[in-house]
Amino acid sequence: MNADVLIVGAGPAGLAAAAELRRLAVGQVLVVDREQQPGGVPRHSAHTGYGLRDLHRVLTGPAYARHYADAAARAGAEIRAAVTVTGWAGSRCATLTGAAGIESVSARAVLLATGCRERPRPARLVPGDRPAGVMTTGELQQRVYLHGERLPGRAVVVGAEHVSFSAMLTLAHAGADVVALVTDLPRQQSYAGFALAALARWRVPVWTSTAVRRIEGRERLAAVDLADLRTGAVRRVKCDTLVFTGDWIPDHELARAAGIAIDAGTRGPAVDTALETSVRNVFAAGNLVHAAETADVAALGGIHAARHIAAALRAGQGMASPSPVTLSLDTPSPDAPPAPRVPITVDPPLVWISPNAIRFFSPPGDTTISPPHGRFLLRSQVFRRRAVLEVRQGGRVLARNRARLIPGRPVHLDAGWLAQIRPSDGPVLVALARG
Amino acid sequence: MTGWQPGEAADVVIIGAGVVGAAIARELSRYQLTVLLADAANDVGTGTTKANTAILHTGFDAVPGSLESRLLRRGCALLTDYAALAGIPVERTGALLVAWTAEQQRELPSIQERARQNSCEGVRPVTAAELYRREPHLGPGALAALEIPDESVICPWTTPLAYATEAVRAGVRLMLGTRVTAARAESGPGGARGGHVLSTNRGTLRGRWVVNAAGLHSDRVDAMLGGDGGFTIRPRRGELIVFDKLARPLLGSILLPVPTAQSKGVLVAPTVYGNVLLGPTAQDIDDRADTATTSGGLASLTAAGRRILPRLLDEEVTATYAGLRAATEHRDYQIRVDATRRYACAAGIRSTGLSASLGIAEHVVGLMGEAGLPLRGRNGTAAPPVMPYIGQAGTRPYQDAALIAADPDYGRIVCHCERVTRGEIRDALASTVPPADLDGLRRRTRALNGRCQGFYCAATVSALMAGRPGGGRPGTAGRQVRAGQQA
Repeated sequence: MNADVLIVGAGPAGLAAAAELRRLAVGQVLVVDREQQPGGVPRHSAHTGYGLRDLHRVLTGPAYARHYADAAARAGAEIRAAVTVTGWAGSRCATLTGAAGIESVSARAVLLATGCRERPRPARLVPGDRPAGVMTTGELQQRVYLHGERLPGRAVVVGAEHVSFSAMLTLAHAGADVVALVTDLPRQQSYAGFALAALARWRVPVWTSTAVRRIEGRERLAAVDLADLRTGAVRRVKCDTLVFTGDWIPDHELARAAGIAIDAGTRGPAVDTALETSVRNVFAAGNLVHAAETADVAALGGIHAARHIAAALRAGQGMASPSPVTLSLDTPSPDAPPAPRVPITVDPPLVWISPNAIRFFSPPGDTTISPPHGRFLLRSQVFRRRAVLEVRQGGRVLARNRARLIPGRPVHLDAGWLAQIRPSDGPVLVALARG
Repeated sequence: MTGWQPGEAADVVIIGAGVVGAAIARELSRYQLTVLLADAANDVGTGTTKANTAILHTGFDAVPGSLESRLLRRGCALLTDYAALAGIPVERTGALLVAWTAEQQRELPSIQERARQNSCEGVRPVTAAELYRREPHLGPGALAALEIPDESVICPWTTPLAYATEAVRAGVRLMLGTRVTAARAESGPGGARGGHVLSTNRGTLRGRWVVNAAGLHSDRVDAMLGGDGGFTIRPRRGELIVFDKLARPLLGSILLPVPTAQSKGVLVAPTVYGNVLLGPTAQDIDDRADTATTSGGLASLTAAGRRILPRLLDEEVTATYAGLRAATEHRDYQIRVDATRRYACAAGIRSTGLSASLGIAEHVVGLMGEAGLPLRGRNGTAAPPVMPYIGQAGTRPYQDAALIAADPDYGRIVCHCERVTRGEIRDALASTVPPADLDGLRRRTRALNGRCQGFYCAATVSALMAGRPGGGRPGTAGRQVRAGQQA
């Protein structure tokens, strides 16, 4: 079959994009998701706090997921759940597999919104036994909220960021006695209020500068060895459940299978400020390009991508040959987008920035496209209460913005300096100002 | 085999349902014999069999003239044919044995000569230039290599399951969760030596013959049965790291190191599931159940991986695990058949049991026949079962439009990372040798084996598993599996 836009992933980004594309009168919009129901991760995140930035009200995860699924369906997008994109027959031609069979879909544009996952225990190279009872927050939430499982006994949560506290709530809900949240960082990374509430209401402490050294238990989890990084002391903590939280990685398999350039920092597809990838008319949004932000940020990115997809389709860029001013994100591709792009990168201790390039309108090619919500998203690997982010291009300092840095937490960089970018001056660098 | 009832003496009791015990059961099932295959674990192939490098060895570097060399060569040939019939995933990737130092380079001619003595065909020197042309992602500093074109990778999980399935369908009684704790000999008529009486946690088993295929526990079983001893199991732990499927394009062949006296060294190999394997370490330990990974082991592997295939370390790790090789103080297999005691011992198989299994079974059963076990063929021809295909190179159910049209459950993908469908999980649960737990389901379908390690599907797969009619939990009940047991 044919579609104007194929959206892969029916989470907040994909569904919000679908609704927006239909609002902008794009004809046929098909959203596919491999899960049984549309909605993405919020489906199994029962706590509240969803919808602040996009819907300007507060919903639970499942209600938020339903809101976007309904909105996309009402707008006239076709949503197909339990259908997997299993391969590509061309840059915008996907192979779909589901109970109805195997089908090819050719689209004029594709939006990848496949989200992200937490790095599981093996990927973190935590040594020891391989017992049952060790999981990620994603698995925990599905077990508890979608399948109604109980998890009696003692639990330890690895991580001390927002999602770690969410895991703690889920564990408490499932009947577990949460012993502690442990982080190898010197401080917790969530709101101070969360940590205080955890201690006061659930008596769950955060053990900082503490690393999991070994997992013990032949069939079922029995204990973990925790090392105090300040003293080197190791102690054995008995537990029945161990939840690895955070440490997000984008689900970029489909993007890589399509030969799309990957950003070394985010590890998602490299995208420009229009959220277009290295392959023309293939866009990417949501936590695939910034793992992980809250659902509302993902949804706003989806809406941003939808506007640029609609514009690209209106401009009839369809299958036209690339313009000679192409500056691709990685190796030049014959199928790269036509407008000039200036890469934007970060220096350590900043770890990534998203989007990864600044796109110019084409034509005329001298005004820039703003990133979603008018700002770039960054991550830091260090705590810094009062940092100054310096934006430079070709020896010129374009901006100096104050920021508070917390590992795993978003750092925002307003894009007010974009007008000063010159297409010919080379890459833009964001680094911490000295002093 | 027909009509065995609990309490009756079987013709043969096999202790250990690893790849060797299962292969022997399969071999014996072709004759008019009652055979019991007992294992302490709740599934077949849960010891050394399940956690290894999953390579189908040609035996090119075995000690020429050894039993291992002969049975490896024979076993490899038999298993290559059997795998094709039974749908066991095998990929003939070939191997490149890479020399990184001048000293290692000087070893290559003698390794080539040994391969010739082992009748391994086609082994030839490869220059550094050709090596880098074939393996462009290889780290810098390789000087030369040997190509061993017939080395392959194989599925270590389907193999023992295929043997056990064939055996059970031919009448062998598979008794899982059955740990042999003691053995004595009955006195026969006129003071002659009678059969074996084995005490287990599930009652007494009687057998005219006993086969010891107990792997890591084979020396203890040998002592129980009054064998001649002469070997002690010294578990050698090997830790391995499995990398994401996105790493698979980084290599074409198995990349072997030049072996040392201790071990074959750290290799990098494709897996039949489309991943890349890095390992193993080699550490002698005392605990026969300690399959824990260690920080030192994992660190040494990542360091080796960075030298051999630097870009490998840019990809995500999907799994880490450790297996125990049933090594002894001897270099060769410890295979012997005692006609008087009616006792066969297949021990000290170390790390080549998967490749040699069919050769070992043929050899052991041949010796048992010579020692007086009557080998009369059964009516009807033995046929390998057709196992569910879980390899990456062939067509899986989710890729088969005709299959999905006939049964939509083969289009319902449950485990996204490994693309395992609801139909395959259903089939595994209803198979001749069904899984007892999630780990067993994993080895039959690949479900839960992928990069997310359950982030997306563990809850759903667990629910499917729990919904199994009559499904038991491991360790709470013995499992007897025989043909026709499933509704």
